[in-house]
Amino acid sequence: MMTNHGSRITQGTFSFLPDMTDEQITKQIQYCLKNGWALNVEFTDDPHPRNTYWEMWGIPMFDIKDAAGILYEVNQCRKAYPNHYIRLTAFDSTRGTESVKLSFLVNRPKNEPGFGLVRQEVDGRRIRYTIHSYASERPEGERYR
Amino acid sequence: MNAGAQPGETDTQPVPDDTPVDLEAAFRDSQVQEVLDKLDRELVGLKPVKTRIREIAALLLVDRLRRQLGLITETPTLHMSFTGNPGTGKTTVALRMAEILHRLGYVRQGHLVAVTRDDLVGQYIGHTAPKTKEVLKRAMGGVLFIDEAYYLYRPENERDYGQEAIEILLQIMENNRDDLVVILAGYKDKMDRFFLSNPGMRSRIAHHLDFPDYAAEELMGIASLMLAQVQYRFSPEAEKAFGDYIHRRMKMPHFANARSIRNALDRARLRQANRLFARARERLTKRDLMLLEPEDIVASRVFSEGVPDEQLSGAGPK
Repeated sequence: MMTNHGSRITQGTFSFLPDMTDEQITKQIQYCLKNGWALNVEFTDDPHPRNTYWEMWGIPMFDIKDAAGILYEVNQCRKAYPNHYIRLTAFDSTRGTESVKLSFLVNRPKNEPGFGLVRQEVDGRRIRYTIHSYASERPEGERYR
Repeated sequence: MNAGAQPGETDTQPVPDDTPVDLEAAFRDSQVQEVLDKLDRELVGLKPVKTRIREIAALLLVDRLRRQLGLITETPTLHMSFTGNPGTGKTTVALRMAEILHRLGYVRQGHLVAVTRDDLVGQYIGHTAPKTKEVLKRAMGGVLFIDEAYYLYRPENERDYGQEAIEILLQIMENNRDDLVVILAGYKDKMDRFFLSNPGMRSRIAHHLDFPDYAAEELMGIASLMLAQVQYRFSPEAEKAFGDYIHRRMKMPHFANARSIRNALDRARLRQANRLFARARERLTKRDLMLLEPEDIVASRVFSEGVPDEQLSGAGPK
């Protein structure tokens, strides 16, 4: 039984929706900027849900007024890693929050093979379950072609 | 809503050629007149500059109307170069430009990012590109003002990183034309040399505006405006004295137009404060605090020694 058709990973906001167009991404960025959040472009080719810390594309962007500046970096990152997952994270520096407020994917590989269920038999015939992404069977950098 | 009309379909239906166009209403709606009036009121002189700004505003408005009628509009290149002597108002106009372009919907945010060579050029290999891009990203949606742009290019040092900054600048000026407007500013002769050695830069800049020097009467007008802003004014005799001051100062070296005027006024206020202290025992009124008297002005070294106050101050011959 497939519950997640096409094995698209669903991490971050909007991930159950169809991929956003650049125009839609621009609007989301503008919303973040309006709230004074610092945006950061991150990428990875390890789709495991527990892989929280992705590679950073440059440093987080402060002091930017218009979405075009952020989208420019997103496009640079897409050019360098067309087949990686790329996400934007919006960091809210307000005291007491100091955390990511919004995070969404802006790029994903063309083919996402999805995850397999791994069963491990431990003492007493108990079963431990975990998931394993088919993509990560290959070494880093060669996972999505 | 019209049931049959899908979004995007309006483009395919040709609008008849004799559709009336209300240019005046569009002009009113954009509230550009307000900005242009403010420009006229607050900036003395600068006739050629104001004319060009008016032309640009007209072009952008016509473009907007054309788009509404489904005609092809090509985003005009609005990168500019401001040349002129020191103190002729280049930065001030650049600030206004950001506001005008914002009103006309040409730039989205309408902020001005003012930078010089230091902000664009790095100190070691590989440092320049990220630094320049950082600045350009910050300026997107607004206006990037590069003061003394000719320092970017240093022909005497072929390893200078300025060239790299220029290349990135050119690339973004071309590819992200919709995202930002670049204004280069500097002194006329040096800018001309800069463009001569960077023909790519010259051809990508559509508007070359030359800021003329101010005439003596214009400088007087600027002085009154500056004083009014800080709620001071000249007494009639002081005004005459200041007129004399301007004439003398203009002939001296290092005359920086409006900037020299501002410095002169700052010093006059200093002397006025001193004068008020000297007669502190008398009864002073509000008027005394606002009024600049001739003695505040004729005490300047421009009158006694024939040299500008800026020079030799403190370090002069004993």
